[in-house]
Amino acid sequence: MSKRVGIEVSIAISEAVGLARAEVIPAYPITPQTHIVEHLSEMVANGQLDAEFVPVESEHAAMSCCCGAAAAGARVFTSSSSQGLSLMSEVLYIPSTMRIPMVMVVANRALSAPISIWNDHQDIMVQRDIGWIQTFAENGQEAVDLTIHAFKVAENRNVSLPMIVNIDGFTLSHVIEPIELPDQEDVDKYLPPFKPRYKLDPRRPITMGPVGIPEVYTEAKMAHDMAIKNSKRYILKAWKEFEEVFGRKYEPIDTYRTEDAEVLLVGMGSICETAMTAVDQMRDNGQKVGLLKIRLWRPFPAQEFRKAVGKTKILAVIDRCLPPGAVCGPVGAELRSMFYKIPGSPKIFSFVAGLGGRDVTVSRFEEMVDKARAFAKKRPRELYQVIGVREK
Amino acid sequence: MIPEFEKFKGFKAKSMPKEELLAPGHRACQGCGEVLALRMVMKALGKDVIVCNATGCMEIITSPYPHTAWNVPWIHVAFENAAAVASGVESARKVLKRKKKIPKKHVDILAVGGDGATGDIGLQWISGAMERGHDFLYVCLDNEAYMNTGVQRSGCTPYGAMTTTSPPGKKSFGQVTWKKNIPAIMVAHNIPYVATASPAYFLDLMNKVKKAALVKGPAYVHIFSPCPTGWGSAGERSIEFARLAVETKVFPLYEVIEGRYIMSRKIKKAKPVTEYLKGQRRFRHLDEAHIDYIQKRVDAEYEKLLRLSEMT
Repeated sequence: MSKRVGIEVSIAISEAVGLARAEVIPAYPITPQTHIVEHLSEMVANGQLDAEFVPVESEHAAMSCCCGAAAAGARVFTSSSSQGLSLMSEVLYIPSTMRIPMVMVVANRALSAPISIWNDHQDIMVQRDIGWIQTFAENGQEAVDLTIHAFKVAENRNVSLPMIVNIDGFTLSHVIEPIELPDQEDVDKYLPPFKPRYKLDPRRPITMGPVGIPEVYTEAKMAHDMAIKNSKRYILKAWKEFEEVFGRKYEPIDTYRTEDAEVLLVGMGSICETAMTAVDQMRDNGQKVGLLKIRLWRPFPAQEFRKAVGKTKILAVIDRCLPPGAVCGPVGAELRSMFYKIPGSPKIFSFVAGLGGRDVTVSRFEEMVDKARAFAKKRPRELYQVIGVREK
Repeated sequence: MIPEFEKFKGFKAKSMPKEELLAPGHRACQGCGEVLALRMVMKALGKDVIVCNATGCMEIITSPYPHTAWNVPWIHVAFENAAAVASGVESARKVLKRKKKIPKKHVDILAVGGDGATGDIGLQWISGAMERGHDFLYVCLDNEAYMNTGVQRSGCTPYGAMTTTSPPGKKSFGQVTWKKNIPAIMVAHNIPYVATASPAYFLDLMNKVKKAALVKGPAYVHIFSPCPTGWGSAGERSIEFARLAVETKVFPLYEVIEGRYIMSRKIKKAKPVTEYLKGQRRFRHLDEAHIDYIQKRVDAEYEKLLRLSEMT
């Protein structure tokens, strides 16, 4: 029987990685991801998990070590945040096009300067185009479930791509939640041992990571793009199987009280929990407001998103990332371009909120909804608005 | 002494392994000392090996897709991180063996990179892997500049050498710094085996590579690799220059086994450095004063090494 325990989300993620029987864990400390790898090193040290914990000297080395270990046929896990994720950026693009599966949990955190250890999504949005499958967890249970799901998807031979599970730093990583930790038996049933199609093996020599001359580079990148687009069906399938084994259902886009909604908030990660409270309050006040949660970020589930929007005419999109000088945040830009010139598409308003640990309270969501309604009547001059800026 | 060395009798020219694990038909320049050395490295290691190659000449000349010169498993990830990739391969094999998912048979793990990938951009990654004690060997193929990108200076470029980023001019005489001593940095990691080698002494090179593979834990071999393209030397003279570098004490051959320095070849009557310097376009501009300085410094560095071998 699976057990429901009060546990810190980071520790629960480590337990999930243990249940997934990860074999090589290269890791480097960075706040707020540290508790995950600390606990994993404990699990290895006390024999709970038969794995190699490689205490590398940087995040760049962590990702490089992951590439070598997964290419040699091991199930690989690592975790990072913020500056560390940026440091590994050069390597991140490589296992995805090389189709080397691995799983990383990113405890999302702001980027310097000024240095901030607190939560937003700037670190991962910088890595938007690395070609990894990416999901966002809303709460601790989801973080655990998506971690187990990630191994299943990444290692599927039809997918064979690395995968990131995003969890909000501190607001998820450091909170204690009641979480149902699955049984080892069920996880084993769900997640068979990793059997890569290709690996580094002297019995069957292969060349991995060759030079892509102009005659092949485009095709290599196109093949990667096709692979990640094609992965969606296996992501959905793995969620379906997850539901069958563990009883919890996941979809690429979650909807909350979207029926007859005039305005839909769009968010990702843990702020959706507060957004739900805000939606409840606004509904109580007679406002037709709902919420869309983006759980699957890459590949972007455009079809599911359009379906979830339905006939709603106004979207208030929240970005937890401010790309200076851009037309708007990355989520806003994604949705605007997705709906461009589609007849009957909604008006999309882009908001930037919750940077560097700034709380996004219920009233802020109400403010965004109000502004979106006003903007729908009179187009604003700015392409996006930053919410919750202190005037003094 | 290292127990693994006892059974190893050394390679002989007569019984040279015939198998070409680094196949011909690659795209190296004529007279490339680096690829000659790498071929010897592979002969010494045999086919039970996994190669982790840093970005650089050896990577690009052997792997333009869909061609490959490698008859052994080979991976290239990026420039600076071959040692970290090798750490991953080694860790994976350790746990997979423990879990009985792969055969117990020993497989050597070779990380290989040029002087830039080793001594400059990749130093941290190598240092990390050495410090953690992974069972692998790192081979640096030192051609004394960033040749793959068009002959820019590196920390391993010798004093006075002309490169595209250390050009001699009215206010410069070429590279102003002395060659960085990477083997000494590796020795400082207290790893069990460090050696220098040269393709001109190919049996010595192969023996050292084999010992580096046999030893348990990390090992490092620094191989001097003449580059006709970058040095402005005749392709047919690469081996000659490699030999001259040893005979002039410019590149001494030695081993450091568990901290003990052992000279592989003591140079009693050294040739003057000019014999090595002439015939290489990169040194053509040097005047007598600079050559004199090089001679003195080369002698002093060699003395230092001799003292180390006497002390340890």
